[in-house]
Amino acid sequence: MGLLSKKDAKLITDPLADNNPITIQVLGICSALAITAQLKASIVMAISVMAVLGIGNVVISLMRNIIPSKIRIIVQLVVVAALVIIVDQVLKAFSYELSKTLSVFVGLIITNCIIMGRFEAFALGNGPWKSFLDGIGNAAGYGLILVIVGFFRELLGSGTLLGFKVLGDPIEKTGLYAIGYENNGFMLLSPMALIVVGIIIWVQRSRNKALIEDH
Amino acid sequence: MEHLELFLKSIFIDNMVFATFLGMCSYLAVSKKVSTAVGLGAAVIFVLAVTVPVNWLLDQYILQPGALKWLGEDYAAYDLSFLSFILFIATIATMVQLVEIVVEKFSPSLYNSLGIFLPLIAVNCAILGGSLFMQSREIPTIGLATVYGIGSGIGWFLAILAIAAIREKIRYSNVPPALRGLGITFIITGLMAIGFMSFGGMLTGGDDEAKKEEKTASVKEETRSNDQVALNAAETAKEELANNTNN
Repeated sequence: MGLLSKKDAKLITDPLADNNPITIQVLGICSALAITAQLKASIVMAISVMAVLGIGNVVISLMRNIIPSKIRIIVQLVVVAALVIIVDQVLKAFSYELSKTLSVFVGLIITNCIIMGRFEAFALGNGPWKSFLDGIGNAAGYGLILVIVGFFRELLGSGTLLGFKVLGDPIEKTGLYAIGYENNGFMLLSPMALIVVGIIIWVQRSRNKALIEDH
Repeated sequence: MEHLELFLKSIFIDNMVFATFLGMCSYLAVSKKVSTAVGLGAAVIFVLAVTVPVNWLLDQYILQPGALKWLGEDYAAYDLSFLSFILFIATIATMVQLVEIVVEKFSPSLYNSLGIFLPLIAVNCAILGGSLFMQSREIPTIGLATVYGIGSGIGWFLAILAIAAIREKIRYSNVPPALRGLGITFIITGLMAIGFMSFGGMLTGGDDEAKKEEKTASVKEETRSNDQVALNAAETAKEELANNTNN
């Protein structure tokens, strides 16, 4: 890591595991779960949040000394809303189908708690470069969980990954389907997203006992 | 009738928490005690009931393509719908501030119980989600918009009340250590969401099914494509249950 000092690198790697925004800080769950039935939608959502959080953190960090603390929530909301409008318009222009699938959830990035949480907890007290790294790191931690959930839900639910039929064709009975494998349609229903995240939390906390809560 | 239908639909079928996962952050963070959960739930109902109709007016008279016609023919061609995020969130932030001031002035006791939650609400996804769904489902009148706001608020209230009660009780159960706290809450919410899916068939039965289908077709189109999957799954589950009981 010639480019980053150890401290800076930690800003990126920490949120990936031990301080993950979704499983540890409990932020940003709202928009995370509803769109993870397909891997592609999860990846696009993760990239959108990364763009908004990275840029937003820098903007807030640059303005941190001139924002009156009483109206800082509104200022933050306006900054995020402006960035999200850009993301939304880009999505509509380049991938209209996908923006239909994500429907209101792109707009809901505005109230994604990760974004407000990082603005409040980090960008208001740190310089732009550090804030940028923190934003990218947290968005990556969020994206990681999204991609894991999306991977399992799409693989077990429809037998595809990014639309490719990795397990064979269910109608022509090729691949795994030839020996009687069936897709689990239940994985596509929204409640399963919650349960998959619950299992991820279970695995993570079993491996790292320090994270266990007492009720 | 239409109002009642939308009201029940927004509470049970399109429940904010269980069907669309909105407001999950505060739902998970503030559900440790029933009393605080009730406070936050009441504040959410209140704010949704105010902001959805206000945003409906904004949507109808400013944002929609051609909505600016009332200013004169020259303005009819404008389409400001790309501004809806920023306008909706600004409305919500100001309404929350306004509600806070009004409540503080007229009912200090209510302010003391709700006050701390009001700033939290400006960034609650359920509030913005209510307005965005109102827009994308093209709710036709302001009366229906108000009903939709109140209904979704009550749905959210029910959800947080239920999970808070369960979490108070589960303290005495022997949960695997790694699942304690957050993990088990996620899984319980998932199970409750599966339970709420069974409400999905509530408004599609009866003789006038075809008529209703027509009326709600535009609404349905906008909702998640999951809906159909959910219905199918619910039906097969019912059949299986019937078979089991026969045996």
